[in-house]
Amino acid sequence: MAEDSQFDIEYTAKLARINLSEEEKAKFSSQLNSIIGYVEKLGELDTSEVEPTAHPHPVENVWREDVASDSLPVDEALKNAPAQRNNMFVVPKVVD
Amino acid sequence: MEYEAVIGLEVHVQIKTESKIFSPVKAGYGHEPNALVDPVVLSLPGALPVMNKAALDGIMKAGLAFGCAIPDTCKWDRKNYFYPDSPSNYQITQYDQPICQGGEVEIELPGESRNVMGEHKAIKLTRIHLENDVGKLNHFAEDSLVDYNRAHTCLMEIVSEPDMRSGEEAFAFLTAIRQTMVYCGISDCDMEKGQMRADANISVRPVGQKEFGAKIELKNLNSITGVKNGIEYEIKRQTRELKKGNTIIQATWRWDADQGRTEPMREKEDAHDYRYFPDPDLMPVRVDDVWRERIRSEIPELPWDKQRRFMEEYALPYTITSVLVPDRGLSDWFEAAAKQAPDLAQALGNYVANDLLRELSEADQQLGECEMTPNSLLTLAKAVAKGVITKQIAKDVFIEMFKSGETADQVIERKGLKPDFDESQVRIWCQEALDENPRVVADVRSGNAKAINALLGPVMKKSRGKASPQVVGALLRELIDAGE
Repeated sequence: MAEDSQFDIEYTAKLARINLSEEEKAKFSSQLNSIIGYVEKLGELDTSEVEPTAHPHPVENVWREDVASDSLPVDEALKNAPAQRNNMFVVPKVVD
Repeated sequence: MEYEAVIGLEVHVQIKTESKIFSPVKAGYGHEPNALVDPVVLSLPGALPVMNKAALDGIMKAGLAFGCAIPDTCKWDRKNYFYPDSPSNYQITQYDQPICQGGEVEIELPGESRNVMGEHKAIKLTRIHLENDVGKLNHFAEDSLVDYNRAHTCLMEIVSEPDMRSGEEAFAFLTAIRQTMVYCGISDCDMEKGQMRADANISVRPVGQKEFGAKIELKNLNSITGVKNGIEYEIKRQTRELKKGNTIIQATWRWDADQGRTEPMREKEDAHDYRYFPDPDLMPVRVDDVWRERIRSEIPELPWDKQRRFMEEYALPYTITSVLVPDRGLSDWFEAAAKQAPDLAQALGNYVANDLLRELSEADQQLGECEMTPNSLLTLAKAVAKGVITKQIAKDVFIEMFKSGETADQVIERKGLKPDFDESQVRIWCQEALDENPRVVADVRSGNAKAINALLGPVMKKSRGKASPQVVGALLRELIDAGE
């Protein structure tokens, strides 16, 4: 991992549920650091007068009325499931 | 050392809508697995969420009913986590700009007895926000099966301040929330169907200490009684640990209702890191006064206000109001009759709270299915008030009316219950009773007014139960006074 690493690549990989080799860790660290460096350019701007926004488009209240439509047929819904049983998706046993 | 508990609740309530929160597919309970899904619910690539306006209306109604502030804007955020209940690997929720802020829930604690109104208290809310519900996992020995029917149901999360001190208060808090939701038509709050779910944060501290103790988040509280029992158990457990000199370590525990105890949940050691960020697929929501006022105008009179008003306006006893008011339909039914004859309100309240509920339950009927109307009940109360029939006979007339949908007068006529004598006949029976009971008469005349009751029975018997006790009482007094 690069000396000047600004974030924890191992933690990031863990959060994303991916395994990285040592080479990948070094490679992605440097790539991600350069992306962060790029974005940090924004810090040079004075934004003290700018309202924070959650969205770049000045559009609000996009919605639909509460009218129900048909469901996807269950065989369609399950078509891509690696495993299915009783019309449900099978997943590895998870500890609740 | 004395200890006290500090409790905050997180209550999830499903909003009753036709379609889901970010997808138009039908929302519902009890369908075949994965029968209520579409690309948005399954988070298939390219699927985009679109807000359901009714979900916003529903949560605003709840917020305004609880006195929350509804800020001008709110937005959507992604809460990231990996768990099969959420195929997108995130939940769409509201992180730093919830639609409802603050507010409070009025609760009633148990009174000294069932006849006495208990203390009322306001439990402060932190916020109420909107989010998508998640799928349901069914765990088996080797694997788990996922059903996404529940996923994307409109869900609100009500977060209370750490304002409660006992399981009883938490119980009252949930009861009050459920009543308000049902009154406003926002949710049926059926905990068995998962329409209302609660988690509790519980900590214990020495009385007088300002800082909170380490908290336990208690899950799996899936009935209102479960919430009360689970919290009470957890308070005792934590207090016992502290008294032994042990420390409580912040963790998530679960309530096991069958065993009647709490137990730690197996959890990964590292703290959750949800990496909230604004959802780029959904536009922010802007609320104006026109919208706020439209929703406010749809909120009915709320249960506690209605109960206080029934007690004042109709002089109903607390016990009757506490039967009528929790059921909006029943209390409206009562009032449809009572407002036409406020002086008969107490009699009407008794008929509704006792006779009507008993007959409905015996017939296994809902209020909407029954033949009796508020106006027909009024004919019965009037017949009794006018002395046409006695209260005793009215009980039987009520049952007939309930079965047939007739008015009281029709039943009285059909069954020949109307007295076949007039007041002059009653006067004769009264005089007979006086003549037959000279000692009682003497007793009354010597100042024992209550003794007159001993004459009521003989007269009623002569009238075969049909004379009005009020009329008989008045006539007896008149005759005794006149004979002096």
